[in-house]
Amino acid sequence: MNKGGLNYRLVIFFIAIIFGVGFTMPTLLQTKGGAKIALGLDLQGGLHMLLGVKTDEAIKSKMKSIASSVKFYTDNNDIIINDLRVHNDLITFKLLDGDEEKNLDAMLKKIQGLQIKKEQLSYTLSLSAAEQVATKKFAVSQAVETIRNRIDQFGLSEPNVAKQGEDKILVELPGIKTIAEEQRARELIAKAAHLQLMAVDEKRADQAGSMSEDEARAYGDVIFPDATNPKQKYIVKSVPILDGSMLTDAKVGFSQMNQPVINFTLNSEGAKIFGDFTAKNVGNHLAIVLDNVVYSAPVIRERIGGGSGQISGGFSVKEAHDVAIALRSGALLAPVTLLEKRSVGPSLGADSIKASLISLITGFSLVVLFMIVYYGMAGIIADIALIINLFLVVAIMALFGATLTLPGMAGIVLTVGMAVDANVIINERIRELLRSGASVSKAIEKGYDNAMSAILDANITTLIAAVVLYAYGTGPIKGFAVTMSIGILASMLTAILGTHGIYQFLMPRIEKSKSLPFWFGIKRGK
Amino acid sequence: MQVFSKDKIYNFMGKSNFFISFSIVLILSSYFFLYTKGLNYGIDFAGGTIVQVKYDKTAPIKQMRENITKDKAFENASITQFGSPQEVIIRFSTAENSTVKNDAGDKIKTLLKGTGDFQIRRVDIVGPKVGGELREKGMMALVMSIIVILIYVAFRFEWRFAVASVLALVHDVSIAMGAIALFQVDVNLDVLAALLTLMGYSLNDTIIVFDRIREGIGDTKETNLFNVINDAVSKTLSRTLLTSLTTFFVILTLYALGGEIISSFSFTLLVGIVVGTYSSVFVASPMLKWLGFDLQSYKAKEALKAKRKIEKEKARAMYEKGML
Repeated sequence: MNKGGLNYRLVIFFIAIIFGVGFTMPTLLQTKGGAKIALGLDLQGGLHMLLGVKTDEAIKSKMKSIASSVKFYTDNNDIIINDLRVHNDLITFKLLDGDEEKNLDAMLKKIQGLQIKKEQLSYTLSLSAAEQVATKKFAVSQAVETIRNRIDQFGLSEPNVAKQGEDKILVELPGIKTIAEEQRARELIAKAAHLQLMAVDEKRADQAGSMSEDEARAYGDVIFPDATNPKQKYIVKSVPILDGSMLTDAKVGFSQMNQPVINFTLNSEGAKIFGDFTAKNVGNHLAIVLDNVVYSAPVIRERIGGGSGQISGGFSVKEAHDVAIALRSGALLAPVTLLEKRSVGPSLGADSIKASLISLITGFSLVVLFMIVYYGMAGIIADIALIINLFLVVAIMALFGATLTLPGMAGIVLTVGMAVDANVIINERIRELLRSGASVSKAIEKGYDNAMSAILDANITTLIAAVVLYAYGTGPIKGFAVTMSIGILASMLTAILGTHGIYQFLMPRIEKSKSLPFWFGIKRGK
Repeated sequence: MQVFSKDKIYNFMGKSNFFISFSIVLILSSYFFLYTKGLNYGIDFAGGTIVQVKYDKTAPIKQMRENITKDKAFENASITQFGSPQEVIIRFSTAENSTVKNDAGDKIKTLLKGTGDFQIRRVDIVGPKVGGELREKGMMALVMSIIVILIYVAFRFEWRFAVASVLALVHDVSIAMGAIALFQVDVNLDVLAALLTLMGYSLNDTIIVFDRIREGIGDTKETNLFNVINDAVSKTLSRTLLTSLTTFFVILTLYALGGEIISSFSFTLLVGIVVGTYSSVFVASPMLKWLGFDLQSYKAKEALKAKRKIEKEKARAMYEKGML
């Protein structure tokens, strides 16, 4: 006992009170500044999605762009190759001109991670295992970046796009209010925005309607439908002239007929390829293909320099706007699939908050009343600790920027139930000592001593359970584990230190009054 | 106010055979329900889709069913009231045909056109792969926490205490799961959270009793384990019941007022608290005897530990003096 000395327990408890109440205020009053608890999607409404990235597709599209480079190089250097094909993760072609073998090999060597197999002059190109892994990894991080860019332009308050695991992306969009808004956001995310400029196979253009896809593939072609009239088909060379990776900008504009169009600009490399191609192919058709749909296939009238082009055809203003956003933010190298989606309307979230607040307040009041009835003043002291405990939990969560979810609310409700436990243990010990005839001051000091090991062991095991829950849990369960851990730690501070300090402070008065029923709710037995 | 008279020692151990048999019956029937009725996995674990719809008036369930089952993909959809008569949950097992762009929620919305004024409040879609992963992680969490708790209790007490407390945990979780199977509660992530909470909670109770037993062993010259246990359980009885009661209050209000969404969580905890309290009073301690816990050898071991500690301190003191 520290008679006359500084009551350090009470001092710490006071600091805890100031800390707890102070940092709870921004959350309670919803002030502009200060750290606040964010409401989880289940409480404020919004969209939560877990997306899977089809990383195999990234390899395919990488092979396609390598094929484009090979074609561009050979065309430009008058190297004649034949039968250039892209099969999923392999490129094959034949070199007709054996004299150029050295030149071609030197060019291929410059491409990183490429494995080259040659049988005489038949080439088979594939990616090394390390390069495949790197490509897949890049596809995921690029998808995260791309989706984040697109979402940012959507104008939501606190969107969250994060990589999860090896090939998953977590997208959280609070503040999405209507189904229509949600759908627009989802469409924007899902848009591959894969722009390709491709040469129409003029020789076979007439057979577009009748040819099967397998036949087309045999000629090294692919068939794509028209954007406005899906029945109309185009046959184009499967190796694109260039793709959206060389795009620097995309903006919505209007055509002479006041139709929304998308103007795009290419980087210098793209501009050169585009200029060279159009110069050589005057009179032929150029197909502008977006996500495997042909938007227009104009005739090339002259060399197009400057590296800009236009996508027109059947857009609404909103659509054109979204396509432009998607193009600007870059193509998704690999398509994403929906693995999990949880969308909560704002009204449901509000209902959940109301229901859990009511049960929190009711449960809390019941416990507070019960403690007073059962323990008298000791109960009131425990209740003070309980209330401060609640403030502390909110304050710490606010400081950590934690998110409050529905299970998190349940966690708080539960902590209230369990936080009284330490006080019950202590009070029972004190009563026990009082009954056996100890003086009040001795009963209190020894009561705390005796109760300590039980409280510590019990709380530490619960804390362990909470930590495991956090480590293996997902989403809402993590929130529950966090609130529970904070609650346990806070309750140890308030219930053990705080109440002890209060008793020490009140000790002279307790000793003077000698009324055990008033202070501890019991009569001293014989 | 006080409920239990101060000095009375109840003879719990005298009836331990009865309680153990009662527990065995409870556990066996729990496994019987688990086997026959099975767990009703919600979409979190089984995968699938839930669409929660709220109507202005009473939901026209019959008409909704007609409209929805028109689409072959939703033939097996179940449509049930959720909380109030205005609110309905539509559930089906397929999640595969949902893409980022178009999902089952959108389709349901179009199918329900013309059934009245409604609002889609929630769409949860969990793909089969994610569901499987969540289930695995959940099991992992349960097993891991049991192992870690085992180690901690063994370190703080003795291995028999650890085994007894874990057996009591298995007892509690089994019975809670039996109740979940019996009442066909949706097993979702929050039920898993409830089960883990229940473990922490029940362990809490058990450890406080064990702590008293340990204290009792140190304090008395008593040689009969039964008497030590009876004494410890009786002395902690009012605390055990008080805490359980307050927690029970809180969970009960959560169950009664917390709404449908949180009901499976609070149901699991309600059962858990009752079972957990029962087990820490009647099941955990008798287990010590069953596991062959022996007072004399424990005391001897503790004495040895104390002796070693004193020797260590002595050595340390000498060492420090030597330094001076």
